[in-house]
Amino acid sequence: MDQPRPSVVEIQDLGFAYGEAIVLHDLTMAVGPREVFAIVGPNAAGKTTLLRCIERILTPRTGTILIDGRDLKTLSARDVSRRAASVPQSHAPAFPYTVQDIVLMGRNPHLGAAAQPGPHDVAVAQEAMGELGIRAISARPYTQLSGGQLQMVLFARALAQEAQVLLLDEPTAHLDFRNRHLVMGRIRDLAVRRGLTVIMTVHDPNDAMQYADRVGLVSDGGLVALGTPQEVLTSDNLGQLYGMPIEVLTDGRRRVIVAGTPS
Amino acid sequence: MKRGRFLPTLLLMWTGVLVVLLASLCLGRYPVAPQTVLRVLISRFVPIARTWDPTIETVVWQVRLPRVLAATLVGAALASGGAVFQGLFHNPLVSPYVLGVSSGAGLGAAVAILLGAGAAVTQASAFATGAVAVSLTWLVARSGRDRSHVTLVLAGFVVGSLFSSLVAGAQYVADPSTKLPQIVFWLMGSLASVQWTDLLRAALVIVPCLVVITVLRWKLNILSMGDDEARSLGENPTAMRVVLIGLTTMTTAVSVALSGVIGWVGLVVPHLARGIVGPDARRLIPASIALGAVYMMIIDDVARTLTMAEIPLGILTGIVGAPVFVLLLRRSRSDWD
Repeated sequence: MDQPRPSVVEIQDLGFAYGEAIVLHDLTMAVGPREVFAIVGPNAAGKTTLLRCIERILTPRTGTILIDGRDLKTLSARDVSRRAASVPQSHAPAFPYTVQDIVLMGRNPHLGAAAQPGPHDVAVAQEAMGELGIRAISARPYTQLSGGQLQMVLFARALAQEAQVLLLDEPTAHLDFRNRHLVMGRIRDLAVRRGLTVIMTVHDPNDAMQYADRVGLVSDGGLVALGTPQEVLTSDNLGQLYGMPIEVLTDGRRRVIVAGTPS
Repeated sequence: MKRGRFLPTLLLMWTGVLVVLLASLCLGRYPVAPQTVLRVLISRFVPIARTWDPTIETVVWQVRLPRVLAATLVGAALASGGAVFQGLFHNPLVSPYVLGVSSGAGLGAAVAILLGAGAAVTQASAFATGAVAVSLTWLVARSGRDRSHVTLVLAGFVVGSLFSSLVAGAQYVADPSTKLPQIVFWLMGSLASVQWTDLLRAALVIVPCLVVITVLRWKLNILSMGDDEARSLGENPTAMRVVLIGLTTMTTAVSVALSGVIGWVGLVVPHLARGIVGPDARRLIPASIALGAVYMMIIDDVARTLTMAEIPLGILTGIVGAPVFVLLLRRSRSDWD
């Protein structure tokens, strides 16, 4: 943990604004390989904006973002998408594509303008579906899936991009209790087995506590704390972050974050 | 549809195109037997004994063949254009006409007819104003602060209305006994007067555009995910959309210049095609091209054989299209960001 390791994503003095409204400022952090990094913060703190800057859907006003040591500004859209894949928080389907068609779209970064997915791309897509346990539904229209299944399909699409960095925007937002823990477990698993770097925003600090290697607390567009879940997710930090009394309960091994004070 | 069944399906569709093409050459006020039609066609390339009436040769080669081929071309262009637009706007209820190309082309044609121009000039003029209308739509949409799809479609509606008013003005000043019927007939769509030269001129634009659209078609799947997702999949949605809208506008404007305004094809045919081969653009585009050709030939056959006088094509496609559109509205949900 304390050994210096090369960082995969390096963010220096990042700033972003919509017109006059400053969303992110002076944000510096680095995420290493095989690391699950959780960004925790209240609504409108700038969590999603940070992710969108890393996948270069938004262009930062100041600062630099390096992926694998390469400045994001010098990369083409294709190059970025070969390095970072993202799973959106919500997705509005327009046409009933099959699950496999959707996952195949993840191959786009590796295909030229006139090219179409070939046997190798189908193989990669099938492997990604296998990895997430959705191979059995590969021929189903993805419009007929449950929220949890749809999430898995979008995950598989991101995996098919074969990017080293996986960006997840509230990956459990639409999931029930069971699916939420299944998905989180998968994310950890993938980070280790595929050697991925995962950066995700989470709603519930408990997800970060249980599943992240490191946590960054974001408030009003700035990073207010950075470290392991135990270091960062304390009742003081969280109380300040959310502006309410918060307690961290523990049985000695696991920790649970609850709102309020004991009465 | 199952993987691996697509090629046979497409082959079947293209067989359908050939069969309907042959049938269309036989049908008409002057019926010709299929074997005679085939021999007339063959005799153009291989010297064989001409045992048929020269009138038959004129009817088949000079009158019906260019007309039927024009129907395939226009049908293919409008149908594939619809499939492209529906993918781009991720909405199954838009067609290439939403950007105002048809009313724009209508104005060019109406003015040319008013000035007593010939067919070639009328077509060129229709194409030019059609392209101007779409460019205007593009500029209006770009000038707004909101760069969403809805803005583009609303801009198309505004520009379309403007050009429709101008067309109405042209009709108002047109000589009611000579020019007005010509304008009205053109606006309702017809392939009755298509000559070989008209056909070849149109084919020179439409065929290469359709080839490029076919080559790029998989990108439509990516673009139908919405701009942000397309971007994170490594695509440049803005550039790709300009290319695809440009190609589609070319084919649509040329079609309208050739045949007049024929509505609904771009909505009905892609919907049928989607029902058969599914939404994947890799299949949808080739299927829409084939089905569009078949659909337009059949519509044109009905137009010229149902009654003694020619029925304008736009009337027939409207009668078929409106109920299908109602079905579409009932079954699909619209999704504009």
